[in-house]
Amino acid sequence: MSGKDIEVCSECNVKTIREAIDLTEDGDRIIIKKGIYREYDLTADRSVEIVGEAGAELDIDFKGGGITLTKDNSAISGLTVKNMTVSYVKDLSAIRIENSKDCRIYNNFLKNTFFGIYLANSSSVEISGNYIEGNADTETSSGNGIHLWKCGGVKIEGNRISGHRDGVYLEFVDSSSVRNNYSEKNLRYGLHFMYSDNNSYTQNIFRDNGAGVAVMFSEFIEMTENSFIQNRGAASFGLLLKDIKRSVISRNSFSENTNGIYMEGCNDLEMMENEFYSNGWALKIMGSCTDNILIRNNFIDNTFDISSNSSRNTNKYSENYWDKYEGYDLNKDGTGDVPYRPVSFYSMLLEKIPDGVILLRSFMVDLLDFTEKAIPVFIPETLADENPRMQMYDYD
Amino acid sequence: MSVKILKYIFLELVRSKFILIYTAFLFTFSFAVIYIGHDTAKAVVTLLNISLFVVPLVSLIFGTIHFYNSGEYIQLLLTQPVNRRSIFLAEYFGLSFSLSAAFLAGAGLPLLIYGLSISAALLLFTGVMLTFIFVSLSFLSSVLNKDKVKGIGLSVIIWLVMSLIYDGLILVILFAFSEYPLEKFILILTTLNPVDLSRILILLQLDISALMGFTGALFRDFFGSITGMVTALILLLLWAALPGLAALKVFSKKNF
Amino acid sequence: MIRTEKLKKKYGRFEVLKDIDINLAQGQVTGLMGPNGSGKSTFLKSILGLVIPDSGKIFVKEKDIKNKFDYRKYIGYMPQTANYPENLKVKELFKIVKDIRTDKKDYDYELYENFRIGETENKFFGQLSGGYKQRVTAAVAFLFDPEILILDEPTSSLDPVSVEILKEKIIKSKTDGKLVLVCSHLVPDVSELADRLVYLLEGKILFDKLIPEIVNGSGGTLGQSIKKIIEKINSDNEC
Repeated sequence: MSGKDIEVCSECNVKTIREAIDLTEDGDRIIIKKGIYREYDLTADRSVEIVGEAGAELDIDFKGGGITLTKDNSAISGLTVKNMTVSYVKDLSAIRIENSKDCRIYNNFLKNTFFGIYLANSSSVEISGNYIEGNADTETSSGNGIHLWKCGGVKIEGNRISGHRDGVYLEFVDSSSVRNNYSEKNLRYGLHFMYSDNNSYTQNIFRDNGAGVAVMFSEFIEMTENSFIQNRGAASFGLLLKDIKRSVISRNSFSENTNGIYMEGCNDLEMMENEFYSNGWALKIMGSCTDNILIRNNFIDNTFDISSNSSRNTNKYSENYWDKYEGYDLNKDGTGDVPYRPVSFYSMLLEKIPDGVILLRSFMVDLLDFTEKAIPVFIPETLADENPRMQMYDYD
Repeated sequence: MSVKILKYIFLELVRSKFILIYTAFLFTFSFAVIYIGHDTAKAVVTLLNISLFVVPLVSLIFGTIHFYNSGEYIQLLLTQPVNRRSIFLAEYFGLSFSLSAAFLAGAGLPLLIYGLSISAALLLFTGVMLTFIFVSLSFLSSVLNKDKVKGIGLSVIIWLVMSLIYDGLILVILFAFSEYPLEKFILILTTLNPVDLSRILILLQLDISALMGFTGALFRDFFGSITGMVTALILLLLWAALPGLAALKVFSKKNF
Repeated sequence: MIRTEKLKKKYGRFEVLKDIDINLAQGQVTGLMGPNGSGKSTFLKSILGLVIPDSGKIFVKEKDIKNKFDYRKYIGYMPQTANYPENLKVKELFKIVKDIRTDKKDYDYELYENFRIGETENKFFGQLSGGYKQRVTAAVAFLFDPEILILDEPTSSLDPVSVEILKEKIIKSKTDGKLVLVCSHLVPDVSELADRLVYLLEGKILFDKLIPEIVNGSGGTLGQSIKKIIEKINSDNEC
């Protein structure tokens, strides 16, 4: 079905977006010409495609939310939406889709947002190429860049998100993918999964967020080829995993985070070929984590490689490269002849007294670590890489 | 007057076997660490350990032995028309300069050849400061004890306290009062020990990711600021000056 | 030229000097004798400023030396032993003292030359024998042609030739009108050199007499005379 085009501009017959929406029927297009439109709380309850031409700006002027689409096969593109109200009662958003499927939101520029793009109870939606810039200063007074609730089959690709509470937030979402986005300087998480199974995120960059990515209460998540950079702070992580099962973490790079990965209550995770570079703690594995596998990862220049608060271990470490490994390889097969123990006594001590980090690299700490190494008492015997690699992996 | 005497003391010391061995040891070690590790950041970590360990120990022990061995020489100088302070300062700076020169040549040259980073520069700076501080303490230990063995004993104790026992006490405090917010208190406590202060100044360059957690963020905020850097410098200078001045006071009244 | 008044020094509870009053004149060699621990060294060191007396006064050229150091330019001191830094060169020691005493420009090289120090001035102290070291310190003591000479056991490790050279120099200094104080336990040295003998015992001056007085009073050698005097004093005290 092909509909008609309705043009909006100050010299056109149709001067406001609201008027244009009223004039549309299913399948029509609204072309918004260059100009500033001071409107807010618009709802299109039919299948329309809203196209912003260069310089088309919807200025909400702090009066409410932006545009809501409630029908299948709708789309918004090329539009600038700015200056939203912060609401503690309503989840006001720049662009919202409710109870619809087969919609697209692409190449929009959202500025000074509360919630940027909000999807509720929708499926088969593509969100791509949007630039979403908030100016969140506290967690309670800010919304998420892209927020999905009860959705499926959503593709989030090539967006750039900053200055929100969470860059991307997914709750009760399945079969969706997050790819090639850049999420930075968000107060809480760059990307946040809650109760969302069977999703993947790949090739994203998470920089300088409260924590890069938090994945909670979910399973079958594929996490590949992402970069987690400089997520620093007392409770800061590149990747935070809480109650995650049967997921894959591979080919990611974690650099200069306070904690590369922090995991709690996780099992059956496969972590392979990741690079941990110059983190405070490459990996913190709490005692409640069981049967996870770490294989063929690079650990380089981290202050601590692995830390744990437990004296038992059922996780498996194998064939990783540890730059702190001091063993030898007599038969020259590329694998060290003595196991590497990635947990130091001091790092376990720090789990009890975090402020003790101030004694890092002191003679006393070296002495403690040396003593524990000579006569192991606290560190679980099984927490070791039996086949440490002599050379670092080159994954490319 | 001090400067003229200092010159001869310095020249005498840099010819001594011990200073040459010290330089050679540091040089070989640094060279090995840098070129085998082919990574300056990691080399600085290893050098940090060695310099925090060795510099105070060598400065204290060598300083004490030197002071006792120079007894008759100092006496001869004291019978010349100069005041005691000049002789003391000449001895102090002569020794501190020669040990610093040894440190800079030994640990500094390899770093310089490889490319000086901020952390490496800080390492050299704190190494020199620690030399001045522990020579100062060694002189205090020497003037307080007429007996050489007792003097060396006291120096060893000073070294143990500053390098090991002090940190042990901090750890005990952290354990005993883990329920309480001790961050500020611990910050002050570590700042008061020159070995800890030097270590933390370098850690802020090397392990910033780990330190950005807990107390470290406090440290970074403080020492990252101009006030903080000036405070650190003043604290280190005070550590060099106060024991030295106390030693000078005793030296001025001492019977030879 | 050197005068002390009620000079007192204690080390802990041990009194080393008990009210020493002495007046040493120029043109005179004074020998200082006494058993070990009698206070000889402490007395010398007090004058040199190496030991600070608890009470009493010391005048050098009629000036109280308390808290002063400038007066030492009048003094040449020759210590008993000279364990100087082993990597210090002989010529450097001369340079240092010359650098310190910028007031003097015309040096007395007589001992320096007679001891032939120039031949080995590039040697380090670590390489020198005890006798050589003592020749060096003697040359340093006389280098500035000082008005006062304080010599602590000056002949203890010198070879016979050097001893004679030094003795000649001491006599010559005396005739030049200098004050010479020689601390020695060798009676022949004192007998040959000194005009006057001060004998210390347990921190006190046991006697202070001109040499002819001592010898004439008893007959025999100086050593025998000293022994007699001490015995007499002891028996007097017992009565």
